[in-house]
Formats: sequence, C-alpha cells, structure tokens
Amino acid sequence: MDDLLQEFIAETRETLDALSGEIVAWEADPTDRSRLDSIFRFVHTVKGSCGFLDLPRLARLSHAAEDVLAAVRDGNRVPDTALVNAVLGVVDRIGEIVEAIEAGASLDDSSEDLLIAALAEDASPIAPAQVTSVQRATSRSVRLNVDLLDRMMSGMSEMVLARNDLARRLRDTSLDPRVEAALERLSLTVAEMRDTVTRTRMQKIEALFSALPRMVRDTAAELGKAVTLTIDGADVELDREMIELMRDPLVHIIRNAIDHGIETPGERKRAGKRESGRLIVSARQSGNQILIEIADDGAGIDTARLVAKARERSLLTDAEVAALSESQRTDLIFHAGLSTRDAVTAISGRGVGMDVVRANIEQIGGRVVLSNQRGKGLTIVIHVPLTLSIISTIVVGVGGQRFAIARQAVDEIVTLRGESVRIDMVGDAPVATVRGRRLPLVMLGQLLDIAGSRPEPATLAIVASRDGDYALAVDEVLDTEELVVKPAAPAVMATGVYAGQTLPDSGLPMLLLDGAGIAAVAGLRFHRVAATEVEAEVEQEVRQQALLFDDLDGQRRVLALAVIDRVEPVPADAIRMTAGRLRLAIGDSIIPLHTVAPIGDLAEVPVLRLTDGEVEIAYAIAEPIEIVTLPAEIAPAAAGSGAIAGVIVIGGEQVELVDAHALFADEQAPAPVQPICLLQGDGSGWMETFLKPALEASGYRCVSRVPAGETATVALAMEGTGAALPGVPMLRLRREPGARIGDGSIYRYDRAALIAALAIQTGRAA
Amino acid sequence: MSELFLIAHIAGRGVAIETQQIDSVVDITEVVAVPGAEASVRGLVALRSRVVTVIDTGRALGIESTPDSARRAVITRIDGHHYAILVDSLEDVASFERLPLSAGLALDRGWGAAGTGLVERDGEPMLVIDLARLIPVAALAA
Repeated sequence: MDDLLQEFIAETRETLDALSGEIVAWEADPTDRSRLDSIFRFVHTVKGSCGFLDLPRLARLSHAAEDVLAAVRDGNRVPDTALVNAVLGVVDRIGEIVEAIEAGASLDDSSEDLLIAALAEDASPIAPAQVTSVQRATSRSVRLNVDLLDRMMSGMSEMVLARNDLARRLRDTSLDPRVEAALERLSLTVAEMRDTVTRTRMQKIEALFSALPRMVRDTAAELGKAVTLTIDGADVELDREMIELMRDPLVHIIRNAIDHGIETPGERKRAGKRESGRLIVSARQSGNQILIEIADDGAGIDTARLVAKARERSLLTDAEVAALSESQRTDLIFHAGLSTRDAVTAISGRGVGMDVVRANIEQIGGRVVLSNQRGKGLTIVIHVPLTLSIISTIVVGVGGQRFAIARQAVDEIVTLRGESVRIDMVGDAPVATVRGRRLPLVMLGQLLDIAGSRPEPATLAIVASRDGDYALAVDEVLDTEELVVKPAAPAVMATGVYAGQTLPDSGLPMLLLDGAGIAAVAGLRFHRVAATEVEAEVEQEVRQQALLFDDLDGQRRVLALAVIDRVEPVPADAIRMTAGRLRLAIGDSIIPLHTVAPIGDLAEVPVLRLTDGEVEIAYAIAEPIEIVTLPAEIAPAAAGSGAIAGVIVIGGEQVELVDAHALFADEQAPAPVQPICLLQGDGSGWMETFLKPALEASGYRCVSRVPAGETATVALAMEGTGAALPGVPMLRLRREPGARIGDGSIYRYDRAALIAALAIQTGRAA
Repeated sequence: MSELFLIAHIAGRGVAIETQQIDSVVDITEVVAVPGAEASVRGLVALRSRVVTVIDTGRALGIESTPDSARRAVITRIDGHHYAILVDSLEDVASFERLPLSAGLALDRGWGAAGTGLVERDGEPMLVIDLARLIPVAALAA
C-alpha cells in the first residue's frame, strides 16, 4: 500500500507540475476546450486513485471539481472567473494535501468546505487561498527518465561485449594467474551489473496486478456487488515504463467492468447467472506482443443505448448511424463524453474513462480490442508491443545457426533416442507420435532451408501455438536464456517466422522464432478445439499458492500465501512472554506471536506476519523455503492436532498445512460489542488505575464521561458519590470488606462479585 | 545549392550518398544469416549493442551479390531500424551540386529505382542513390 501511495504522490506531483502551465492558459481563456479536458482528466485521475487508496479528503475535493468541470464540458455552466478561481483553488489544495501526505504532516481541513462551496453556481467569489507551506519530505526513491535507463542499458551491453573481446584476446596469450583472477572478477561484476541494469527497466506485471484484488473487493463492496477475480500470468515481464502507463487504463477498465458490466446479484440471478460476477484479468505473450485481457461475464455494452446517446448529442447523423457495423457501434464507447450510464457515481460513468484509456494505450504503441456479447459480458484485450520486454527463451541449434524460442510456447523437449517417440510419413506429411499423441512435424532446417542441418529429426520441441500444437524438429537444444527481444527490420519480419531479434551474451545477434508463424508458413491446419480447453484452464487457475517453511520444531509446513503479509527477520529480544502469552513488539505496536516450539537462543528469528485484513498475528518459524502451489488433494488432520488443517505431499514429502483459520480464531478479540461502563470515581483515581484495566480485560469499555451519541450500559460509583442517570443501572462500591445487607453495594476488591454483578446488569450473564 | 555527399563504390560504380542519410561508417564483423528472408538481406550483425540488418547491396540493386569479403558498410536508420548497406569501398565526403537525372538516361534494374539524381565530380557524373530505396519492404512501400 505504501508503494502505491508513494507512486500516487509522485505521479500527482508530476502531473501538477505539468498542469500548472495548462491552468494558467485556462485562466487566460476559459473557453479553451483542450485545457479544460486536461484539467478534467487530472481531477478524474485523482478521484479514481483516491477511491482505492482511501483518501477521502482528496476524493471529496476531486469529485466536487469534477462535477463542475463535467457541467462545463456539457455546456451547462459557463466558465467565468469565479468558477475558474474556485477550480484552481481546489487544484492547489490537492497539491497541498499531496505534499502533506508525503511529509507526514497534518493539514488543517477547515477551508475545504469553503473551497467546495465556492464551486457552486451562485457562490460569491473566494479570496485566493493563502499558501500553506509544507516541507517537502526527502524522497527515498528517485524518478529517472527512461532515456537514461536506455543509455545505461546500451552502455552495459557495450561493456559486456568489451569484456568478451578482452577475454578472447587474453585467452590467446599465456596468462598470468593474477590477470586471470582480475578478469574473473571483472566478469562477475559485469554480469551482476548487467542483471541490475536490466532489472531497472523490467518489472513483472505483478506490480500492476497486485493492487487489483483489493481494488476489486472495495469497488464491488461499494456498489453492493459480488465479484470473483481471477488473475493469470502475473509473471510476464514488461517494460517498467509500460507498466506505469498501463496502470491507469487498467484501473479504469476494471472499475468500469464492475460498475457497468457486472450486474447486481439480484439481476444476475434473474438472468440465470451465478450471483457472483466473474472478472478474469490475464497477461500473456503472443508473438511480439503482450496481451492483457480483462474479461467479465456481466451485461456487456448496450450498443443501442450508445448509439441513441450519440444521436442525442449530435455526434452522428442518422445516415452515419445506419452505416455503422456492430463492432463500430461498440467502439463508440471510446468517444469522449459518451457513456451508457445516466447516473454519475463515484466509481465511473462519465464516459471519460475509455477515451483516456485508449489515448494512453495508443501512446505506447498499443491498441484496445473489444469483444462485446450483449447480456453475456465484455472482453477487452489490450495489445502492447513486446519492445524491450525480457522473455525467457530456449536456444536451439539447426545447422550452424542458433534460434531462440519463447519458453512459454514450448510444452516440452523430447529426444528421438527414446522409444516413446516415432516419426511416420502420412502421405507426404511427416507426423510425430509422442507418447500416443499424434502431432504434425515441422523440420525447421528444411523449412528455412538451412545448409548443414540434419536430414533426420533429432530433437523435437513440442510447440503450443494459438491454433494447435505441433512438433518442431531441431538439431539440438543448446541452452536457456533470458533475452531482451526487440522487433526486427520489416524485411526480416516479412518472412513470418520470426517474432523479433535479440543480442545474447555471445555478442552475435539471434532471432526469436514465432511458433504460430512457423505453423502458418509450414501450412499446418488445425481444427478449432480451443474453446472448451480454455474454459478448463481457467478453472484450474484457482489453485492456491503457499509458503513452504521449516517450523521451529523441525517439521516442514506450508501456509497459504494469501494470509502472509510478509516474512521478516526480527531480533529475538523483541519477543517477550508478557501477560500470559508470547508477543512481538514491532515499532510501537504489539502483535501476538504464535510458536510451535521454543525459539531457543537465536539472535534473530524469521517471522511470518499474517493478516486477515483486520487482525494481525505473527508466526515464528525456523526458515522459509519456497513458494509452492498447493495440490488439490489434502489429507485431513486427525482431531486434536492443533492448528493443522491437513497433510499434503510436496516433492514426495509429507508436509503439514497450517490452519490459518484456527490461528486467527484463537486471536479474535473477546466480544465484538463492548458494553460501556461509566466510572464515577471519587476523585482519587482509584477507579481509573485499579478498576479500569480489570474491567477492560473482561470486555467492557470504561469511560468517565459518556461520549455524545452513546449510552452507558451500566454505571459504577464509589459510595457517597455519583448521581444516578435515568435508565442506567448503577452499582455502588464500598471500601470496607464484610457483608452489609440491604444497600446492594459490593466490596471494591471482591472481583468475582463485581464481574458477576456487572454481567447481570449488562445482560451478559451466561 | 550544394549539399554534402559521401562518395562510395557499389558494384564497381561510383555513387554519391547524401550524408544526411548516414548514421556512421563501419567495418562489420560476423554476419548471422536470416534464413527465409529475401536475398537482399545478408543477415544481422551486432553493432554497439544494437542489432543491425545487413543489406546485400548488389542483390538489392538487382545485380550480382556483393562478395562476402565486403566488410565496409554505411549505417543508416530507416523507420526506427538500423541497416548496414554494404559497399565495395569509400572515398571521402565533399560538397556537390545536385543535378537532375539526365533526360533519356536509361538506368538499368535497381539503379533506376535507387537513383534520384546526379552529381558531377571533376567532370565525372555519379548517381545519387537513396539508401531507403535499397531496403526491401521499405522500398515496396515507397
């Protein structure tokens, strides 16, 4: 969450810097539509981000400004000086709040109501806001221009080439061991640097996807809808810049899908669908593109409504409407200012989303494709170029030539030495039978006419293409390598068999084969069987991931990854046996710690920080091992085995699955509703010091004054003090022990009687 | 108005290339073939950590293939891609007046497509060639 917030701050700050020019220009000419649009987009983006970052003040300001600007865009309001000033006041305020968040300072919010009121049509002009100076905090990250990273990257590759050259030359002479050692060290450093530099530009698309579950959950909850999110392909790597540029469009699309696409549970039931809507977000690489697909099973786009709206706003003439194809009608959603929604919500529905989405994506050379099925859902596929994406490849050799194939495209590699593979000719088409599966065979050497390639197939790569699988015969499989792939020249791409070119460590260029392209060039024909298979695949993706670790008692256990917030080492002295149980101090907070065996005399213990979204607990372990996917089969635990849900097999070994539910069930706060107990002391402070902790441990909330809007369930008073409150039962405490009949008072140290009496008064007696 | 041209020899003829089209002049090393591509694509070569497509200039002009021994090349950038145009040899850069192609001059094969004008060096006419027209596909689009 911190990362997201940092990013939001950096982004808003940058946009504000860029926007300041626009604002001045708009001030000079309020009728300038394009300036208005950019300011509108800014507040819209801020509003969108605030929604899931939970920044209500910013959300309120931006929503108010957006309303006014939308009215101006629709021609309902005239941008006069008062309005411009009011909007600028809000924009300035957004900037101040962002700075304050960054600095961790608090900012007085008294003037915000005035700012919002000034946006109203009949508001009196406001005085320009005084500038509150908030110190900019020192940032822990540096934002770099991607050009700089590019230069760094190309400098790095040059360095690798120079190192290779040097190594080659030194190899020819008899080498001094000291020189050899120095060269070795240089090589290591260069390799490490190269990894680092490469990483500066690359990010797993996970960085983009990780925020989605929370966002979907919150958005759905806000709208009273149930949505199940499935994420797939989070490990596809993408250029960092592209990830940043994809963030807003993705957020817009997903919010739209939940707000407009997916119906309420009631509507879904009537339509014969499952009550919980389905949202599938997946990323995959296809040829030289990355495809990000957002599919929902909601109502789809009502194209008739869109067309009617376009007519209403005179964006299209009747003749033009008649000429539109269905897909063109769907594409109207990209038109600025068009939306099928009539009511504006905080989530979406101003028709601003999709035009911004398309503009952002086209800016990075991508495109957006819609596939709309009225009543069944909408699938949006974003294509972005692979340029500069790193992909994991298998390097194969044919004749003297090397090629890379994306690892994603290769199901398996089989050699022909084994019995399980045979090659036959069916007519004049070669067919490979691999473990009973018949696949068309493509001889890469012959297809590309490579001199010196083996006439007989030696090694087969089973390639999965969009249309079907086939076997690709190569001479040998050489290596696997992570490569930065770039598009090749048009003359090279025109062959249809390559997806791009790359420069591996060898310093010699290499071509990346396009699995689907080869099938097409080889003339393979596949029957369409994809539809049912895809469905099955989606179902499988719900398998849970879990962390495998060695527990303190030496057992190997797994725990579902979803409940683990993070794994971190803590100093052993932060763990203490206090108040009857082990607790871990982290900063100023204390969280309960679960262990299965004594920690021993280690200086540092790795702990798993677990959270269910509300309660946090820690779980001390001996050592984390790796992340594994849980198998479908779990042998249930025998009764009385503690916080263990069952046993699974990982790598042939029995592993206990920790029962997260049991861990949290042990930690839950005693009673969700705490009766309020009003303490009416005699001024000595005895009640606050002695009684309050004892009562709070028993689940009461002790106050010395009843907060406004609440009523006390019971009142406690020392004898001789305290006035009875109407409707509140009163218990009196006396100072002397021994029975005293008649007045109902309780001796102040008779804890059992006191708790029992309170329980009776508050109706909590069991 | 005179412009700067690089004088080069391609397929035994002297030609002039606008210096504006030239990124750099290099000696290329090992060329990796691109099987399946058309004959005028000699292959790929690594140059300053970039992959450059090598053009067999002889084939691109529709005459005989430039010999494998030719190593000298002119680097040009077209539509975001870098190409190495193989040449027999290079002379120097000088300023010339660009003249229109002489009327009635029947240029053969690829020369006709690539030639855009003439320059005159010490009375010897030389064909001005446009590198972009030597690039396959790009040439088709032009």
